[in-house]
Amino acid sequence: MKSSVMILIFFTAGIFTGLILNENVLSMNMNLSSYALHFLLFLIGVSIGCDLKIFKILKKLHYKVLFVPVSVILGTMAGVAAVSFFLENLTLNDCLAVGSGFGYYSLSSIYITELRGETLGVLALLSNIVREVITLISAPVLVKYFGKLAPIASGGATSMDTTLPIITRYSGKEFVVIAVFSGTILTVLVPFMVTAFL
Amino acid sequence: MDRNGFTMNSVLLFLISGGILGYYIREKKSFLHHLDKLTFWSVLTLLFLLGLSVGRNQTIMQNLHKLGIQALILSVSAVSGSVILSWLVYKYFFKGIKADEK
Repeated sequence: MKSSVMILIFFTAGIFTGLILNENVLSMNMNLSSYALHFLLFLIGVSIGCDLKIFKILKKLHYKVLFVPVSVILGTMAGVAAVSFFLENLTLNDCLAVGSGFGYYSLSSIYITELRGETLGVLALLSNIVREVITLISAPVLVKYFGKLAPIASGGATSMDTTLPIITRYSGKEFVVIAVFSGTILTVLVPFMVTAFL
Repeated sequence: MDRNGFTMNSVLLFLISGGILGYYIREKKSFLHHLDKLTFWSVLTLLFLLGLSVGRNQTIMQNLHKLGIQALILSVSAVSGSVILSWLVYKYFFKGIKADEK
């Protein structure tokens, strides 16, 4: 729990810093994020390389690995459809399209803005950012009560990059390959599914 | 934390080059301890940067009160559905992984 609080503090501090600081000062932010992400991927690569039994596990799992992204797709669609009837100004298809971002907020919000206008685009952006933040904050709790696949499922498409470090930390290295696999499948599906619903 | 400049190839490139380095230094246990710490601090840095891009994005901040609640409801329900299904998959197909390996 201590690390979740740390994560929340850093994220909140980032928001306030972003509000206070001048736009020009922050123009290098995007590149910095990209560098930091690549560095993280490299670190994750190192930890996989140190422990090669991960690949033996993936071999052993064979077809079962497919159940992970499938459960994310079905679970997301079911969950979003269930609440769509309570949300004002949103149709079932709107909600399904937003859900189809699977946390991949940059791409899904661009697609949705193009197809349905800015409001739904911003909703997609927010909702998918929140999905990523929920995953990062609640990963230890999810693992405790719903098993080691839970943060992978929660992360959706982000389980291959931005939430992979936290998944590695709480689910263990054995699940890194599954996380990358599931995240990759979902990332590839995002543009197809979003456009299918709108 | 946009995915600008983030391609499938660069993901694979960094993972694999890290993996090769890791393979050659896998005996050095003291290094591995530092690796975990370094990973955690990188996560904190990235979260701060994500906060930065949310905070400076006026479109997000101005619509936050209107759209925030709807977004939260959607993401919580999406996560709940996914987590519950994955829990079933974990229970019936994945639980023995670690024990099998030992």
